[in-house]
Amino acid sequence: MNVSRRAITLGGFAAAAGTIAPLTAGRAQGKPTLRVGCLTDMSGPYKDLAGPGAVSAVKQALQEFGVAGKGFDVEVLVADHLNKPDVGTTVARQWFDRDGVDVIVEVANSGVALAVANVAKEKNKVYLNTGAATSDLTAGACSPNTIHWVYDTYMLAQSTGAAMVKSGGDSWFFITADYAFGKALQRDTTDFVTNAGGKVVGSVTYPFPGTTDFSSYLIQAQSSGAKVLGLANAGTDTINTIKQAKEFGIKMRLAGLLLFLTDVHSLGLEVAQGIVLTDSFYWDMNDRTRAFSDRYSVNMKGTRPTMVQAGVYSSITHYLKTATAMGIEKAKLDGAATISAMKAMPTEDDCFGAGSIRADGRKIHPSYLWEVKKPGESKGPWDYYKAVASTPADTAFRPLDKGGCSLVKA
Amino acid sequence: MIMIFGIPGPLLFGQLLLGLINGAFYAMLSLGLAVIFGMLNIINFAHGALFMMGAFVAWMLLNYVGIGYFPALILAPLIVGAFGIVLEKTIISRLYKLDHLYGLLLTFGLSLVIEGLFRNGYGSSGLPYRIPAALQGAVDLGFMFMPIYRGWVVLAAAVVCLATWAVIEKTTLGATLRAATENAPLVQAFGVNVPRLITLTYGGGIALAAFAGVLAAPIYSVNPNMGTNFINTVFAVVVIGGMGSILGSIVTGFALGVVEGLTKVFYPQASATVVFVVMVIILLTRPRGLFGKAA
Repeated sequence: MNVSRRAITLGGFAAAAGTIAPLTAGRAQGKPTLRVGCLTDMSGPYKDLAGPGAVSAVKQALQEFGVAGKGFDVEVLVADHLNKPDVGTTVARQWFDRDGVDVIVEVANSGVALAVANVAKEKNKVYLNTGAATSDLTAGACSPNTIHWVYDTYMLAQSTGAAMVKSGGDSWFFITADYAFGKALQRDTTDFVTNAGGKVVGSVTYPFPGTTDFSSYLIQAQSSGAKVLGLANAGTDTINTIKQAKEFGIKMRLAGLLLFLTDVHSLGLEVAQGIVLTDSFYWDMNDRTRAFSDRYSVNMKGTRPTMVQAGVYSSITHYLKTATAMGIEKAKLDGAATISAMKAMPTEDDCFGAGSIRADGRKIHPSYLWEVKKPGESKGPWDYYKAVASTPADTAFRPLDKGGCSLVKA
Repeated sequence: MIMIFGIPGPLLFGQLLLGLINGAFYAMLSLGLAVIFGMLNIINFAHGALFMMGAFVAWMLLNYVGIGYFPALILAPLIVGAFGIVLEKTIISRLYKLDHLYGLLLTFGLSLVIEGLFRNGYGSSGLPYRIPAALQGAVDLGFMFMPIYRGWVVLAAAVVCLATWAVIEKTTLGATLRAATENAPLVQAFGVNVPRLITLTYGGGIALAAFAGVLAAPIYSVNPNMGTNFINTVFAVVVIGGMGSILGSIVTGFALGVVEGLTKVFYPQASATVVFVVMVIILLTRPRGLFGKAA
């Protein structure tokens, strides 16, 4: 086969620029087309935990759902939000207004997610959030057009925070990323720590993005005398904090409040071993998750999916089921009605098994507490977690009446 | 315990030391920028990307060829420096006669391309690079736990900075270089190959960035974005020190590291901004920078 160098270069640039990639070509006349926009971090700190893997998960969901022969077409659009709420909002508006996008999925970054949720509500479209963590999306900022799929700051705080306090870690110091997500995570964790009888002795808030050196904050944490160091950050920031904590011989127990599989992969087990973390999905949980992950790996150079990427697959699968059941034309017309229908239908997929979506837009499933394996316990690449505990679906998230979401009272 | 401005003394000393360590990176990177600007009149925005390449080359040498940290400290700057020479010969040299702005745009574009290629190939989470066995461990200084590797970084940076300064200010080669920037045709008339001199200077400046990259590899994860995080601050350092001033960039690099370190104690949210506040103040009071020569 002859592939010209020009073709490769052009392909490379197209991928780098995140341009529109139509999945099915040749639209028959009169056939409705669903347009799925995957808005994610394609170049920044969250690229590996969401990014191209999320795009691949969208395509996998479409392929396995079997769009062909169901009387409609699907187009996938991809864009990079660069972790900037203004960029995310602009893309969302352009997609809804000009490109006829019906559903936006992913958006790893709480600041961008809150902005995109507003646009989706204004335009009456569908927004399925998988990457952003702030629990505000189902509280004060809840919307009839948004579903929060995978996890949130409340779930993480309850699982990791409570487990830490229970095992003696009753005084905390936070290193917090200075934006919506970091602050929400610190706030939710603080609630659990103080309710369980612990106390927070201090915290530092550092500029995000752009901070690479955490040594100064680590020394401040150490001198506070706290037993637990809560890392209210994510992605490369968490990786750098953990590496440097080891380098500076920080004796505190590390609570990785949000740590993804790809972060552990990057840290290596030597550094990451023993860290306790919470995820709602791990590829090696059961036969179904393993089967899903094997299919995912084929398209993603052998990497394993994070819970965010699994969530993209799960949410798009459920969306397609609902849209086919209610009629594609109707689903395209009214985002809020589609979301209501999604809430009415129980969820079922390989990644999260059986689940449901609450009135406030919170998708519920169990959460799991994991411990990172020692190098000797791991059988090979990506074999990183061992199960410690789990919280059932009905108590894993904030109780429906405690969030103050206006949809619940109605 | 001694309290200074309401902060425990040991904590403050620790922060001063950490500031010096970060300052070492600022000094090495801004030194390369200052040399390149002083000799070539090019504002080299690709410096951060080439710093990142230094770290990646060290990682590749270890993982693909099995060459460890210390040889990489010499080899990676040579490899990346050679890459810089190719860039200078093929692309950058075409812009010397044009306004600074063209060089800035070109090198900025180059840095986007280089970083994009590494991001596509290696992801954005970063790759682990271990601290060499000889430099592992830490010393308890009483007021803080000092990792041996960080101490080594300050030492290596100081030696390299001083050596570069000495070569440019005290040797015949340096004198020729400085003369060539003042009056290239005259120096050429004495039989010196000025274009080659300029190419080697660019290569040397890039090698300095790559050297800093190798030093940074074990501290930060080897990450395509690692240069971007530094480069804005480093440009501020060069401006504050005085564009093209060798000594200025070294002293300012270390000093601003300390200023930033102290900000992290008193008001951490401002630590990313404080360098630019200093820059504004300096530009208002001394437009040529702290060590800049009058026109």
